[in-house]
Amino acid sequence: MIDWASMVLITLGLFFYLSGTLGLLRFPDTYTRLHALTKADNLGLGLLMTGLLLQVNDVFWGIKLVLVWLLMLAASAVNAYLIARFLYRREADADGC
Amino acid sequence: MDAETLWTLFDLLLIISLAVLALVAVLSGDRRRSIVLFIIFGLLLALVWARLRAPDIALAEVAIGAGLGGALLMATLRRHQQTRDDFRHRPAWLQWSVGLLVMLLGTGMAWSLLLVMDAQPADWRLGAEAFAELDNSGVSNPVTAVLLNFRAWDTLLELAVLLAAILGIKALGKPEPAYVSENAFRDLALWLTPLLVLMAGYILWAGAHAPGGAFQAGALLAAAGIILRLAGKPDGGLPHNETALRLGLALGTAVFLLVALGVILAGNTLLQYPPDQAKWWILLIETAATLSIGMTLTLAFIGGSPTLAKDAA
Repeated sequence: MIDWASMVLITLGLFFYLSGTLGLLRFPDTYTRLHALTKADNLGLGLLMTGLLLQVNDVFWGIKLVLVWLLMLAASAVNAYLIARFLYRREADADGC
Repeated sequence: MDAETLWTLFDLLLIISLAVLALVAVLSGDRRRSIVLFIIFGLLLALVWARLRAPDIALAEVAIGAGLGGALLMATLRRHQQTRDDFRHRPAWLQWSVGLLVMLLGTGMAWSLLLVMDAQPADWRLGAEAFAELDNSGVSNPVTAVLLNFRAWDTLLELAVLLAAILGIKALGKPEPAYVSENAFRDLALWLTPLLVLMAGYILWAGAHAPGGAFQAGALLAAAGIILRLAGKPDGGLPHNETALRLGLALGTAVFLLVALGVILAGNTLLQYPPDQAKWWILLIETAATLSIGMTLTLAFIGGSPTLAKDAA
């Protein structure tokens, strides 16, 4: 039962990674690509980690997984913000504002 | 399809992507793109090490090869953009002869590896001998046992090489101007830096019985230093006092040599610790080495002596 739940969650997570990658390749500009990528990062990673946490039978391992999860969330959120901010500034400079 | 076939397919995919990435990284005309591809190459290479059941090397490849190597290349690119020096304008004969030399070197190394493997009897493996003596090494991670006990001599020389590299970094003179950081990144750095120091301590301690050790822990410390510098702290957390800086940089090699000397004075051969105390000597050496490796790699990223920065300001 738990194995099945893990499998469903991880497969769903992989689906979000796949669609995020598709978006990264197909979307026309950096903002929309970031939009696709952050969906994959947040939802995909969340589902993947929930699926993996169900398989953990040691509290210490679980804590490590949650720590990895939180670190990746923080890093991807700040990264996406930095990329978008850099691009926004450059566009504003080009417009002469 | 059984699990075996699936793994074979996965390995094939991994190897092909690795070869393609290497080619594209070398042939790409854009240097920034080359560096990004090199970082991805390092991440995939770590997966290959993990598949070969060498998690210690996988950790080192991710932290040093991909992470710190990538950061150093990016910092170098920034320096060259400021001085407007462009490698692409070097003459073609020079580029080709360097490429040829590197290929010859690679072929020579692969050839000598094959020769060594061929010269051994099929049933003789160094790994088996290391495992047989593992109980006397003071640690239960066979990789740490080899690096810090059976072949501690090699590791001592590696640390000495790092120490020599510092001369090159210091010869660069003044460090690069500091980065201007976004507030969001500065907030992230506030969280990440203490966590990285904690993780370095954990990896160092875990090295005795699980994958980890001084080089991986030192790389994490250096990552903290790089993040501090990117967040707008020009010295990357290194001491401003020249004496303190030099002491920290030399600590790993110094402690290693002192332990070696002490062991000889106690009547053993070089770096042959008494088995019942081996654990503590290894821990002492690794702790000192972690600090020095972290400081050296941070210094490399800063690209010059941070104590000179104040004269410039």
